Amino acid sequence: MLWPTRYRASYIFAMPAVIETRALRKVYPAPPSRRAQPRGGPQFAPPAPRHTPVGARVSGGIAALDSLDLSVRQGEFFGLLGPNGAGKTTTIGILTTRVRATSGDAIVAGANVRTEDVAVRRRIGVVPQRPNPDRGLNVIENLLFHGAYFGLSRALAEQRAMALLDQFDITDKAYAKVDDLSGGQQQRLMIARALLHEPNVIFLDEPTVGLDPQARHALWDLLRQLHADGRTIVMTTHYMEEADELCDRLAIIDHGKLLACDTPAKLKAQAPGQTLIDLTLSGDVAPAVERCRAVPGVTAVDATGVVLRAYSERGSEAIPALIHACEDAGCRVENINLSKPSLETLFISLTGRKLD
Amino acid sequence: MAVSPLSTADVFFAMLRRDMRVARREAPFFLLRTAMQPLLLMIIFGYLLPKIGMLRGNYTATLLPGVLAMSLALSAVQSVALPMVAQFGFSKEIEDRLLAPIPSHLVALELVVAGTIQGVLAGLFVLPCGRLIMGPIPGLELSNFGQILGIMILGGAAFSALGLFIGCAINAQQIGLMFSSIISPMIFFGCTYYPWSSLDRVPFMKWAVLINPLVYVAEGMRGALTPTAPHMDLFVVSVALSVLLLIFWQLGRQAFLKRAIG
Ligand SMILES: Nc1ncnc2c1ncn2[C@@H]1O[C@H](COP(=O)(O)OP(=O)(O)OP(=O)(O)O)[C@@H](O)[C@H]1O
Ligand SMILES: [Mg+2]
Repeated sequence: MLWPTRYRASYIFAMPAVIETRALRKVYPAPPSRRAQPRGGPQFAPPAPRHTPVGARVSGGIAALDSLDLSVRQGEFFGLLGPNGAGKTTTIGILTTRVRATSGDAIVAGANVRTEDVAVRRRIGVVPQRPNPDRGLNVIENLLFHGAYFGLSRALAEQRAMALLDQFDITDKAYAKVDDLSGGQQQRLMIARALLHEPNVIFLDEPTVGLDPQARHALWDLLRQLHADGRTIVMTTHYMEEADELCDRLAIIDHGKLLACDTPAKLKAQAPGQTLIDLTLSGDVAPAVERCRAVPGVTAVDATGVVLRAYSERGSEAIPALIHACEDAGCRVENINLSKPSLETLFISLTGRKLD
Repeated sequence: MAVSPLSTADVFFAMLRRDMRVARREAPFFLLRTAMQPLLLMIIFGYLLPKIGMLRGNYTATLLPGVLAMSLALSAVQSVALPMVAQFGFSKEIEDRLLAPIPSHLVALELVVAGTIQGVLAGLFVLPCGRLIMGPIPGLELSNFGQILGIMILGGAAFSALGLFIGCAINAQQIGLMFSSIISPMIFFGCTYYPWSSLDRVPFMKWAVLINPLVYVAEGMRGALTPTAPHMDLFVVSVALSVLLLIFWQLGRQAFLKRAIG
């Protein structure tokens, strides 16, 4: 619609795209440099930040997104996978009008996020990565006022709010302060709020983090139901299983770049043919790595910390020889983990990192 | 669909209702925070000192409008600045409103309107308290209620716009510093305890304090409440407050949008 014809022609889908981005780029201003800190006197090394920024440093800042092209069809359940700092939240921020892209364009539900932000907001529901309930209000008021912001009549908002509270099993907390909810209950309230105005496109940023297995499966059921109703869902997650189970299509991103985008089945088919064997060792890992490389059928070995990773062409057959090799190198094997070719192994081979 | 056609005004007033609901719930704490200081001042300077003979004459007529201006300004600033610091800083609870289908600068405008209302209400609370504490006040006129309210609204709006700017431009760790370095001097040099015309004897001060927005609110309250006492011309006061309101709104709006859209 807004794209030049040449560009549009490269996207031909059975269903119309409800989200389309072109060359999205986001550069955050660089954090203040270390040198700006006071000098003189003994300096302690600053504590390592929990997530060191992984976005590429570019002049003038950190590129969190680097020419990202995505296209999500109407009614699709779309997953965004990526390690910490990959740019998932930034992507969702841009698509939900809360973050301004440095360059590039995005269309959501037929409106441009930059120039028609109000129209976009009217059609979307957003579940943030960290619960942000309105703490001045109690649980039910959170829903009722949200309904009012979206023009729902009081009666309709009340009816939907009660139904959602019931569905998320927090009816007994309807008049509680939000601070009295557990983390998981707050998360459920956030999802209920995002659904209250029945948006056409729903964004969920790691919605199942912090939910117990029961609540997680309840949410899965709900998401499947929304999907069956024809809503478009965009979800980020850290759980491969969840992505595999729910999503029609997955995008794997890292360093703000799209690494792969396809159905879970097709992605799994692309996974490297080897079985990944993780050995948790005690003792010096370096000599063990050397010896394991010599084991027949093992194509590659690397190590992070005390975990040695070997890729085997012959599945679990290599395990006895690997254990021997490690013991010869003076290490004890504490734990062994075997991963068949899967989304997980594809993810590791693409990003060089494990999720979580 | 069951969703009624949505106008921007509906969203705006829903947000205003939200702020009023929260304000009502927190009214006792809010009054304690903003009216305590003015009430204490009136007890000391308007009741105790005259009673024990250390202050003579009609000082209460000077004090009442000043203290009223002060509580109006304090509550207007705080009722916007403090929530902004918390909501942008850590709780992020403003995000639900930023995701509502309304232009973001109107969310900012709504906050200023809510702050103005709270400032005016604090002023209206302090006025009868002052009369109760200090007894009959010479020259007090309540007949020009329109003027009183007009000055209160203009002053409250200017200060809540200032609160928007402060709350969005300053990060959470500096909020205490801001109060001691900006708000306190503003109160002491704000012609709250003395009329502006009495600064004739300190000409430098007389012109320097004109950058202080509180001066105009205090003088405006004097003009409206005790018209026979010396005060700045109400027209000058209105123009000055309007100009300040525009400046603070521009600054506040920009600071808000900078925080709202990353
Ligand atoms: N407001 C910000 N200011 C500066 N840099 C930012 C900001 N937000 C994100 N970044 C940087 O942008 C990059 C991408 O961050 P983003 O939050 O999008 O990652 P993510 O994929 O959501 O990660 P996670 O799995 O940890 O939630 C990171 O390097 C991060 O440090
Ligand atoms: Mg994130």
